Amino acid sequence: MAEETGQAAEQAGGKKLEGQTHPIGVYLKIWAWLFVLSTASYLVDYFHVESYLRWTLILTFMILKAGLIVAVFMHMMWERLALIYAIIVPPLLVVVFMFIMVFESSYVFGNRGIFFLGP
Amino acid sequence: MAQTASAAGTPTTPNNMEGFVADWSSDQRAFKNVPWGKAMMWIFLLSDTFIFSCFLISYMSVRKSTTVQWPNVSEVFSLSFGGEPIPLILIAIMTFILISSSGTMAMAVNFGYRRDRRKTVVLMLLTAAFGATFVGMQAFEWSKLILEEGVRPWGNPMGAAQFGSTFFMITGFHGFHVSVGVLFLILIARKVWRGDYDTERRGFFTSRKGNYESVEIMGLYWHFVDLVWVFIFAFFYLW
Repeated sequence: MAEETGQAAEQAGGKKLEGQTHPIGVYLKIWAWLFVLSTASYLVDYFHVESYLRWTLILTFMILKAGLIVAVFMHMMWERLALIYAIIVPPLLVVVFMFIMVFESSYVFGNRGIFFLGP
Repeated sequence: MAQTASAAGTPTTPNNMEGFVADWSSDQRAFKNVPWGKAMMWIFLLSDTFIFSCFLISYMSVRKSTTVQWPNVSEVFSLSFGGEPIPLILIAIMTFILISSSGTMAMAVNFGYRRDRRKTVVLMLLTAAFGATFVGMQAFEWSKLILEEGVRPWGNPMGAAQFGSTFFMITGFHGFHVSVGVLFLILIARKVWRGDYDTERRGFFTSRKGNYESVEIMGLYWHFVDLVWVFIFAFFYLW
């Protein structure tokens, strides 16, 4: 019912509801998942997982958590595509910027290696 | 006016690519069935995303380009409760507190639309209490780092000087967002309690009719604060 559209749902009592109306259970489930994912990412540090496995796990848990918050808590999955694309697409450009700075900082690091540490 | 507004606000196209193009090329408004306040909050959050992204990217740049060893974050933020120090425990607790506050906020929005004023207010105040606890723990963390560990924005005894500057800038800006959010929460909770959104009492600043959408807009801001912490937790504390 309400979960289908999320808009102007009719409750069992016949009371008209407006806005984003979903069963409370949805939020409790997501809350529990966020706890699980946070615990998992903390355990990555606790058990000293290192290098590529560490980074992969951290990024995976981070993206899952961010996705759950935006999709369910911020109701993005029930919005129309016009809003979803307007908000989700621009931050993707930040990823491009990040890669530019990855190359830039590697270059700076190389220069510092030459000038500070010497041959 | 009201008629045209509702006509423009009711989507007539399906929610797919065709509907997306129709929405964006339509008259009056692109975001059908989204209240203007909510759309504006989303735009604000988008701009805030860029600010925090720039902070995190500059943090990445200085950390990648420094020739000095980066401090062991896991050890720096460890805390001992009488026994062996537990790594990163304070940050983990702060993370759980902020997630819990997001959970209570999501439910507050839901009860708001159900017009359950009492539950909405209680959950919003609970959210504010979680937020205040978070800021309190952050104040504890800052004072421990400044007074006991001697971390300064221009240097620290553990390693690269950039650690201090990026730490204070990123967590400080985030903590400021949480603090503003707590005030914002108390303000909206008071309006809910007074019944402003049931009686459609006009706002003192915008003179627009009160509506439970305000609770959802408040919720968007609060979830965003939690969202930013997810990235700070991953990139600053865990990386």
